Amino acid sequence: MTPFAYERAADAASAVARVSGHPRAAFLGAGTNLVDHMKLGIAAPELLVDVSRLPFDRIEPLPGGGVRIGAAVRNSDLAADLTIRARYPALAQALLAGASAQLRNLATTAGNLMQRTRCVYFQDLTTPCNKRTPGSGCAAREGYTRYHAILGASEHCVATHPSDMAVAMAALDAVVVVRDSLGERRIPLVEFHRLPGDAPERDTVLEHGELITAVELPALPFAARSAYRKVRERASYAFALVSVAAALDIADGVVREARIALGGVAHKPWRAARAETALRGAAPTVENFRAAADAELALAKPLDGNAFKVALTRNTVVATLRSLANGDGR
Amino acid sequence: MSALLAPRVIGQPLERLDGRAKLLGTAPYAFEHPVNDPLYVCPVQATIARGRITAIDPAAAEALDGVAAVITHMNAPRLASDADAELWVLQSDVVNFRGQFIGAVIAEAPEIAQHAAALVRVTYAEEPHDAMLSADRDDLYAPATVNPDYATDTAEGDVGAALAKAAVAIDATYTTPMEHNNPMEPHTTIALWSDDAFTLYDSTQGVHSMRSTLAPVFGLAPERIRVIAPYVGGGFGSKGTAHAHNVLAGLAAQVVPGRPIKFALTRQQMFALAGYRTPTIQRIRLGADRDGRLTAIVHDVIEQTSRFKEFAEQTAVPTRIMYAAPNRRTTHRLAALDVPVPSWMRAPGETPGMFALEAAMDELAIACDLDPIELRIRNEPPADPESGKPWSGRNLIGCLREGARRFGWEGRDPRPRVRRKDGWLVGTGVASSTYPAYRLPGSRATIRYGADQRYVVGIGAADIGTGSWTVLTQIAADALGCPIESVRLEIGDTALPTASVEGGSSGLNCWGSAIIAAVRAFREAHGGDPAAGAEIGADMPENPDAERFAMHSFGAQFAEVHVHEDTGEIRVPRMLGVFSAGRIINPRTARSQLIGGMTMGLSMALHEESILDPRFGHVVNHDFAGYHIAANADIGELDAIWLEEVDPHANPMGARGIGEIGIVGAAAAIANAAYHATGIRVRDLPLTPDKFLS
Repeated sequence: MTPFAYERAADAASAVARVSGHPRAAFLGAGTNLVDHMKLGIAAPELLVDVSRLPFDRIEPLPGGGVRIGAAVRNSDLAADLTIRARYPALAQALLAGASAQLRNLATTAGNLMQRTRCVYFQDLTTPCNKRTPGSGCAAREGYTRYHAILGASEHCVATHPSDMAVAMAALDAVVVVRDSLGERRIPLVEFHRLPGDAPERDTVLEHGELITAVELPALPFAARSAYRKVRERASYAFALVSVAAALDIADGVVREARIALGGVAHKPWRAARAETALRGAAPTVENFRAAADAELALAKPLDGNAFKVALTRNTVVATLRSLANGDGR
Repeated sequence: MSALLAPRVIGQPLERLDGRAKLLGTAPYAFEHPVNDPLYVCPVQATIARGRITAIDPAAAEALDGVAAVITHMNAPRLASDADAELWVLQSDVVNFRGQFIGAVIAEAPEIAQHAAALVRVTYAEEPHDAMLSADRDDLYAPATVNPDYATDTAEGDVGAALAKAAVAIDATYTTPMEHNNPMEPHTTIALWSDDAFTLYDSTQGVHSMRSTLAPVFGLAPERIRVIAPYVGGGFGSKGTAHAHNVLAGLAAQVVPGRPIKFALTRQQMFALAGYRTPTIQRIRLGADRDGRLTAIVHDVIEQTSRFKEFAEQTAVPTRIMYAAPNRRTTHRLAALDVPVPSWMRAPGETPGMFALEAAMDELAIACDLDPIELRIRNEPPADPESGKPWSGRNLIGCLREGARRFGWEGRDPRPRVRRKDGWLVGTGVASSTYPAYRLPGSRATIRYGADQRYVVGIGAADIGTGSWTVLTQIAADALGCPIESVRLEIGDTALPTASVEGGSSGLNCWGSAIIAAVRAFREAHGGDPAAGAEIGADMPENPDAERFAMHSFGAQFAEVHVHEDTGEIRVPRMLGVFSAGRIINPRTARSQLIGGMTMGLSMALHEESILDPRFGHVVNHDFAGYHIAANADIGELDAIWLEEVDPHANPMGARGIGEIGIVGAAAAIANAAYHATGIRVRDLPLTPDKFLS
């Protein structure tokens, strides 16, 4: 850990100004990931600007039926919110599947989106990692890859994004609201996180100094029939091997609309657009669910240590959709 | 054996006498002992697995405000003995494993020490390293003995011929991964060097064994080292021996005489510096007749040690006593690698060995179309197959039968993959467990009658969360014939009479025997109405029965396992352990020990796996996010019971010790149940979802 300065931001504008004006400054939410990184020596900000007490702690209805989630809303509060539970159950389930009760009580919505991969090589200063030290190489590709990507990876990085919450938000068409000194911009969540390409050090499309103020969920009436299924070895407090967030709109014996996102398989929450397309207009049968999963997984390029994830993802997609179609757990 | 103690307080489920202090946070653990003006240590660790340090530059670290000193092999105080290579810390430029201590910063605050340690510049002459265990290596060797001093190999009869003509034969290879002890309290030492003597507040399983290990390393008479450890937050064997951090703290303390040094390993550092259970590759061959009577048992083990210090886990040793068969063989072979030194982890030997043997017995039962309990009953040896000695008490069959009754085993359909519940495949399994009754030499206790009319019982014993504070008080009270309020126990300090290490489930046996001997000597010398200040000490007496009898505890573990049909997720909603361990001194703390062991066994079965990346030579999943230990949600209905019995040959308490047997066999019971659920025989731990995916 290297010495650093700490300031508590008075308002969003000054927070943005402080961080924008200092190349080694970082926003601090609950610190559940950033402070760990500072202790491990993989992050060494010179200035922390604490934004956890800015007035972004509300969950509010939007005109048109959506919901606006403040950036500082705690994960446990969001999971317990009655509107979220009733209208976006996949999101509530995803939040409760993440971390531990203590961490959920602390962690914020924006911080959850901004958390970084748990790739063991990224977190270990003594091993090469292109994400931590660009150009140093990727130790994971030929190493321990159980938690690594099967979709969208590059030769430079095979890490996965660890969030559960973001996977549900990706399925639910969420929009991330950010601001800088010039104003506000809105980024669809599925475009907020990046694929690694040749610049894995960049997790998101945010520019230095841009501050997340909210996440908005559109009205999506059929999301009341949505679910989040997380597969992990340990029954709690473990990152996903694979997770699936899904919502189905079924009428007259066909799937009118589907939303599917995958976790634990890519550098970002993976919106399964090919699977959705395959399902639209199809009968909600196990065969069609399997065909949809296979359409998505045709892109998969597993590594030596995680080939099982292809079958696991397929099975979990099918099981989640089957359960939604049967009306289980509603 | 001398006369059995009449039970009065022993056998009662007393609450922990130290429970309140622990709950309130007033029971000091090693790091918490109040000391004046401490300094803090952060180590510098090697980032290569083998080679030499060619240069080490502390200048930038030394220049930081608040840094008192930086020590390396260039300037560290000289140690006296390199007999234990693990403890030869900062004495040369040689790197034996990745993560090895190669320096340390001593600073006014832990954050400063950590910052400074990152500024120490090191260059190496790296040599090719070898950190990959495999069965087909051509350099496997037979150690002289296996831990602690068992024969490396045993053979009786002609296993080749017996296997060749066996009506039913099993030949299977089982593996267990590298596993790490993770006590909640990390390995921690406060060291003070003053007047050419050490005071150490240490998180250790044995204050006297720590002292007797460190004294020659530092070239000191043992009396010049005092070790204090009244409360210890778990050990499981990893605090049973001195490790490098103890020496590093001592070296640091010698550099700043008069100022206490505080040093706690981080969780990540514990994965390189506090021992671990070797990975094992175990080939088991069983031959039997049609009725399931064993004609041959072969258990061949391959495991690892470090190149610079040997530790040989006694993995096949339990197989030598478990079942009767005329033809038997066990072997251990080691690969010496450029890795940290393996060491004790709860029931070394029995834990991995009984996973393999008891899974193989399940496979044999299926091959013979026999109930697995009946198979074990048919192979019950009337005397120890290894030594021929009679058992001091072997009630494995009683455990199996009582467990079967309580668990609802009767009428079990042996067919695999035929029970389903809400998308989960359901199965049940059973396995035996065993653990020897070890007897370590060297314990002594004193009894003093105080002016407050209480008996002060002194012995340098340890309580690593096991309940020693409570059960030793109970034993003393019954020996003295007084209420427990009249006993004041003192433990965890080398200023007290010598005690053996809390290891091998032997604490109760050794320390309890010494206390009873001291009480009997006290009564003989001072009668029932002693004067204030009356005092006497006694050594743990000899026990001729220990040589006459084969003394082991036994148990039966039952598990119900659910495996998800779609995802392969595996859960254990129900476990029952039934144990035969002689008299139980305190049912409350005993149950805690047993279910704790079973939980650790479940964790081993489903989760625990240290991933040593052979390219680098270190464990890469070295934290609790990466190294999974069972969480509360993994534990369902889990119960441990015991047969009401007394082992009159063990000691005056009639008790054999229970710290380790709870973990033994648990993983096999779960793996056997997973097979029953799925029809998939997984022989490689841990049992993770990918292994059950269809």
